[in-house]
Amino acid sequence: MITINNLHASIDGKEILKGLNLEVKAGEVHAIMGPNGAGKSTLASVLAGREEYEITDGSVDFDGKDLLELSTEDRAREGLFLAFQYPVEIPGVSNVNFLRTALNEIREYKGEESISAKDFMAMVREKSAIVELDAKLASRSVNEGFSGGEKKRNEIFQMAMLEPKLAILDETDSGLDIDALRIVANGVNTLKSKDNATIVITHYQRLLDYIVPDFVHVLYNGRIVKSGTKELALELEEKGYDWIKAEVDAH
Amino acid sequence: MGYTENELAKDLENQEYKFGFVTNIASDKAPKGLNEDIIRFISSKKNEPEWLLEHRLKAFSIWKEMTEPEWAHVHYEKPNFQDITYYSAPKQTKKYESWDDVDPELKETMAKLGISMEEQQRLTGVAVDFVMDSVSVATSFKSKLKELGIIFCSFSEAVQEYPDLVKKHMGTVVPVTDNFYAALNSAVFTDGSFCYIPKGVRCPMELSTYFRINEGGTGQFERTLVVADEGSYVSYLEGCTAPQRDENQLHAAVVELIALDNAEIKYSTVQNWYPGDKEGKGGVFNFVTKRGICEKNAKISWTQVETGSAVTWKYPSCILKGDHSIGEFYSVAVTNNFQQADTGTKMIHLGKHTKSTIISKGISAGKSQNSYRGLVQIHKNAEHARNFSQCDSLLMTDECGAHTFPYIECKNSTAKIEHEATTSKIGEDQIFYCLQRGISEEKAISLIVNGYCKEVLNQLPMEFAVEAQKLLAISLEGSVG
Ligand SMILES: Nc1ncnc2c1ncn2[C@@H]1O[C@H](COP(=O)(O)OP(=O)(O)OP(=O)(O)O)[C@@H](O)[C@H]1O
Ligand SMILES: [Mg+2]
Repeated sequence: MITINNLHASIDGKEILKGLNLEVKAGEVHAIMGPNGAGKSTLASVLAGREEYEITDGSVDFDGKDLLELSTEDRAREGLFLAFQYPVEIPGVSNVNFLRTALNEIREYKGEESISAKDFMAMVREKSAIVELDAKLASRSVNEGFSGGEKKRNEIFQMAMLEPKLAILDETDSGLDIDALRIVANGVNTLKSKDNATIVITHYQRLLDYIVPDFVHVLYNGRIVKSGTKELALELEEKGYDWIKAEVDAH
Repeated sequence: MGYTENELAKDLENQEYKFGFVTNIASDKAPKGLNEDIIRFISSKKNEPEWLLEHRLKAFSIWKEMTEPEWAHVHYEKPNFQDITYYSAPKQTKKYESWDDVDPELKETMAKLGISMEEQQRLTGVAVDFVMDSVSVATSFKSKLKELGIIFCSFSEAVQEYPDLVKKHMGTVVPVTDNFYAALNSAVFTDGSFCYIPKGVRCPMELSTYFRINEGGTGQFERTLVVADEGSYVSYLEGCTAPQRDENQLHAAVVELIALDNAEIKYSTVQNWYPGDKEGKGGVFNFVTKRGICEKNAKISWTQVETGSAVTWKYPSCILKGDHSIGEFYSVAVTNNFQQADTGTKMIHLGKHTKSTIISKGISAGKSQNSYRGLVQIHKNAEHARNFSQCDSLLMTDECGAHTFPYIECKNSTAKIEHEATTSKIGEDQIFYCLQRGISEEKAISLIVNGYCKEVLNQLPMEFAVEAQKLLAISLEGSVG
């Protein structure tokens, strides 16, 4: 699905990603953990195509395509989805209108016909049920006045609507209450298939009780410095990051 | 779900001014320049009664004593008023007996403007009066309206057919002496629309006029008069386009609205005159005086979407004379490249319990300058008058300017006046968010801007709203910086 090779990226002349390698196959769930400021959100932004970052080295293959050559919108149309750590508000633009525009752009890119209003509304109903999103939120302006938790839930609703190949969830669990956490995790699990993949960025092993990862990686100082199975997350929860930092810095 | 953003999609290919074509119809025009003879020429061409000629001549002598205003936040080379053609009519000025008689070239023009009358006629609902250069060429649906006693015709026709009505109301809201351009218009106006809604009648369709400047070097000075008699209602639409020309064209219109007791007038404008090219060459000077007067319990709402013109100077206003009358002003003004707009409103509260609302959304892109200028005036007897104003500015680049000049004059202590203003820059984060969902940048901007203007666009009749959204998108293409 995605192969990241020796990725270097900097912003304002400061190198944040320093030779990052990662491979995610279809059907897999990967968790990325790591201390604050390690570069997790940077990785997500770079993959999504945020322009402020300069890629100085490395390559990213996304389903046979050179991801770094694609524009931001084409990456999305190819099936890359980012659930934002801080979802953005767009006043005056209804969620449904926003999504219908997005959906039709993606369809047009794939040479498909645009979705009829009727099919679209049916889809909205079906998908909002998955994340138990209040129908009222679907017709309100994008994220405007949503609570922190509602915004996160809305991200997963959008993901459900757009059916991406690869979804990157950047701290989608932060700010969620226990019930919302379960609902969001449930949504992610429901949408999981052998043809798509998920990268979850999180600080809490708790989320991984619900979304069980195939692999857990530790991102530290711009690199993946340790990989393992879900037991690694438990170990991190128990011991913190210092032992890993010590291991890395010793080299 | 809204009619909004999606429908724009297919229309976004058009980068350039879409309406910049010239129609080849022989026209009957006056020599350039302005003097009493020209005014007599116009008046006689139009077979006008003596009182109207006198009215024109009086306006002309007043105008000669006036100087062009300079207080607006706009800079331009003043027009040479002797280098303008004041009368230009498509040659074939005879009245059309039926739609089939209309010049095919003219029909094509209308089709290009997207208001094919054939279509309009089939699709019910909108009666159109079409003013090209100076003469109104066709009016549809007239007979249907006639049954209700509604008069909707060109201004010239009204002068011939309903001289008493015209004489009674013309100049009562915008007097000849009002301002430089209004005086000029009063002297040389050529055509425009006239509308009268009788007592208690609710006009069942949107009445609409399309204005177009065609002839090179001509000015357009149209005159619109809408009279809503007691307890009546009308929604009136006005759309404007002009071909692409290197020289500046002058447009100085006067619109007068009269809402008698308990009447309501909704007046919507989508103004898309040629804004000039990317270097700021050419474009229409749009110097317009629009004002309405509300008698007891009457209501006037102005809604405008201004995307065109090189220089705009325009303040649709309401005189709230009658007790409990209501004035509203909803405006979106977009400026791009080198466009300059100084626009806003005046709400004059004379009556008791009068209420006004002002919602202004300015969007500036490129190197343009966009100013809101508004006056809220509460007179001594206007007990319990209320005003709410909200003026928002959205900046698309670092090189453009947005300015707000709110003036408040309050002579009654029971008045309640609220004013809110915001300025924001279009968010990179918002655009990135849209891009990440697969939405192109152009469409993202259009979504965000339309969302920003929603309160105003919602005031427009449906067909117009869709058109306005397309225009917003077209005028802002490639404008984020
Ligand atoms: N414009 C910038 N100039 C310099 N440094 C920057 C800039 N933007 C981000 N950084 C730095 O990049 C580093 C990585 O930030 P990033 O947001 O990717 O961390 P993170 O791993 O997601 O952290 P968190 O767990 O707190 O979300 C941080 O040290 C941050 O300060
Ligand atoms: Mg982060």
